[in-house]
Amino acid sequence: HVYLLLSKCVGLLYSSASSLPSRCFRCKDIDVLPTLKLSCFPTALTMEIVYVYTKKRNEFGRQCNFSDRSAELHVDILPDPSLAVNFIERDPCDVPIQCTQEMSEHEVNTERFESDTRGINHVEGGWPKDVNPHEMEQTIRFRKKVEKDENYISTVMQLGNNMEHCIKQNNAIDIYREYFEEEEVVEESEVQPSAKTINVFRDPNEVKRTASSLSWHPDGSRKLAVAYSSLEFQKVSKDMSLNSYIWDIENPNKPEMTLKPVSPLVCLEYNPKDCHILVGGSYNGQIAYWDTRKGSQPVEMSTIEHSHRDPVYRVIWLQSKTGTDTFSASTDGQVLWWDIRKMSEPTERLILDPNKKGNLDNALGAISLEFETTMPTKFMVGTEQGLVVSCNRKAKTPAEKIVCMYSGHHGPIYALQRNPFFPKNFLTVADWTARIWSEDIKESSIMWTKYHTAYLSDGSWSPVRPSVFFTIKMDGTLDVWDFLFKQNDPTLSVKVCDEALNSLRVQDNGHFLACGSQLGTVTLLEISSGLCTLQKNEKALATAMFERETKREKILEARHREMRLKERSRSEQSKEEDTKEGDGEESPEELITRIEKDFYEIVEAELKKRDKGEEKKVADAIKSD
Amino acid sequence: MAEVEETLKRIQTHKGVIGTIVVNAEGIPIRTTLDNSATVQYAGLLHQLTMKARSTVRDIDPQNDLTFLRIRSKKHEIMAAPDKEYMLIVIQNPSEQPQD
Repeated sequence: HVYLLLSKCVGLLYSSASSLPSRCFRCKDIDVLPTLKLSCFPTALTMEIVYVYTKKRNEFGRQCNFSDRSAELHVDILPDPSLAVNFIERDPCDVPIQCTQEMSEHEVNTERFESDTRGINHVEGGWPKDVNPHEMEQTIRFRKKVEKDENYISTVMQLGNNMEHCIKQNNAIDIYREYFEEEEVVEESEVQPSAKTINVFRDPNEVKRTASSLSWHPDGSRKLAVAYSSLEFQKVSKDMSLNSYIWDIENPNKPEMTLKPVSPLVCLEYNPKDCHILVGGSYNGQIAYWDTRKGSQPVEMSTIEHSHRDPVYRVIWLQSKTGTDTFSASTDGQVLWWDIRKMSEPTERLILDPNKKGNLDNALGAISLEFETTMPTKFMVGTEQGLVVSCNRKAKTPAEKIVCMYSGHHGPIYALQRNPFFPKNFLTVADWTARIWSEDIKESSIMWTKYHTAYLSDGSWSPVRPSVFFTIKMDGTLDVWDFLFKQNDPTLSVKVCDEALNSLRVQDNGHFLACGSQLGTVTLLEISSGLCTLQKNEKALATAMFERETKREKILEARHREMRLKERSRSEQSKEEDTKEGDGEESPEELITRIEKDFYEIVEAELKKRDKGEEKKVADAIKSD
Repeated sequence: MAEVEETLKRIQTHKGVIGTIVVNAEGIPIRTTLDNSATVQYAGLLHQLTMKARSTVRDIDPQNDLTFLRIRSKKHEIMAAPDKEYMLIVIQNPSEQPQD
């Protein structure tokens, strides 16, 4: 039996045995025999209401079969007015209630503790009995006696040494001061710098062309425009496609849009003001611009007569109110300015003649351009001859347009860029080195990398960190340099692909970069966060480094100038004294003949030596036989 | 005799040293550069403290012994070098210059 005691009521109780169902409360299997026991005592009124559930033993263990039933009234105890006689009604009923902590008060009486205030008067103690402390004579005599004691002398010497040590210690440094409490624990993230390939975009055409230029979409960098062309001399085949593509970086399978120029594009740039406009410089020297809303054909192209005579290697948008000005550079020695609304003629023309005479035959071929929007009147041109020409656009005469030249490279300058944080310093990438220059020092660069085994083809500063720059090489590696961390080697060197890399472009956030290879493969890389987050004090350290190197170069330059002056004055003097010809200037032809003669002499001597060596060997061999 | 003089003089002339006292085991100041009341005070108080410190050190390790006692307060540093029979006390004002 399962008993269920429903309630046990104490107090005012009434009862009446009303409807007592015999069926189960919820479960059908259980029989309920409700029993109602009432025991009404005058003193302790208790009533037991009992509700019984029964279950047959053989039905134990069966699963429960629950069912829904409506509520049933089991017990209804109605009031019995007759019992009220035993009670007196109290009216009104006033009961105070308080919800507080209960506390009690208790008194305690402790034992008395008496305290008193006393002072201590120190008196010289320990004087031996025969010495009266108050008498000066006696005390002095006593003291003198002690001082003569051997023990005293040695003890004081020894203690004195110890003491001196501590005194000096105190004077040297404050040993209790909190040092280094301002410096927080430098969280050195031990993450190795790394670069991860995110996506690879391959040239969809059969015949692969070089990805010669890359440009990120100015708004959010979701798209990448790639210019494809074949820069190798006369390697253009008939099947080679002329198209360049715009890729969506999420979709490497198919380019988002095709640009169909008349001649392959060597360079391509998005307009930073208008993200639908792109300008491209092509292999035949023409400039064209596209509007991505208007389709794959160029909206307008420059006329052939007024364009460049050589491939246009670089085209940059200028900062202007209309946002339609660009300028382009080519190896024909000209820098042309264009307004894309009127492409029939360039708005301005500059000939890169180092003699400032505007002579096209003498002109240096331009390979790269540099323009910083914060300095709109100045721009720099990197030439094939290894010179960087700094120009001023606002000069009145063409001669004044060329301000100065920086020499130091042995080959064409493929990349030229000012440091976004320190515009006075710029990076050039050419031949086998990358160099950092300061505008003030014209004779040499202030910092340079070592000579690599592979040719460097492009380079760029990081837009977020002033001390980081990237370079790519012809053996397919990308180098990330951080000159505050390591000056001799790149901080990170990644082999991107097996073929040569030709172009590089870093996204504005500094986190992603794209590099294009000779076979038209563009690889999108993600740089580890350590290389694209600004470190503490980085700007200050970079400034300090630049200043230091600039100063060093300035000093060297001054020294060289001094030495040259001395040389010149000395050679002038010696010219007067000396009658021998050959000192001083030789004409180039004489120089060449002299060098040739020397060369042949050396070769002859070497050959003779070798022959002699051979003979000797043969003779030795014969002898030994 | 002369070396003692020289030593004490050298100690006294170090930078920041305010006073030097040599006390014997009974608390009698043998040599002092401070005035009498101060000397007596220092001698008495430091003697007790040194004894206490020594007994503490020896309680922890009976083989050990107190060699030097330094009390640095806000105003100056009191250094006591105890010995079996005598004690050398020096009060110094350590230089507060930050040495980086």
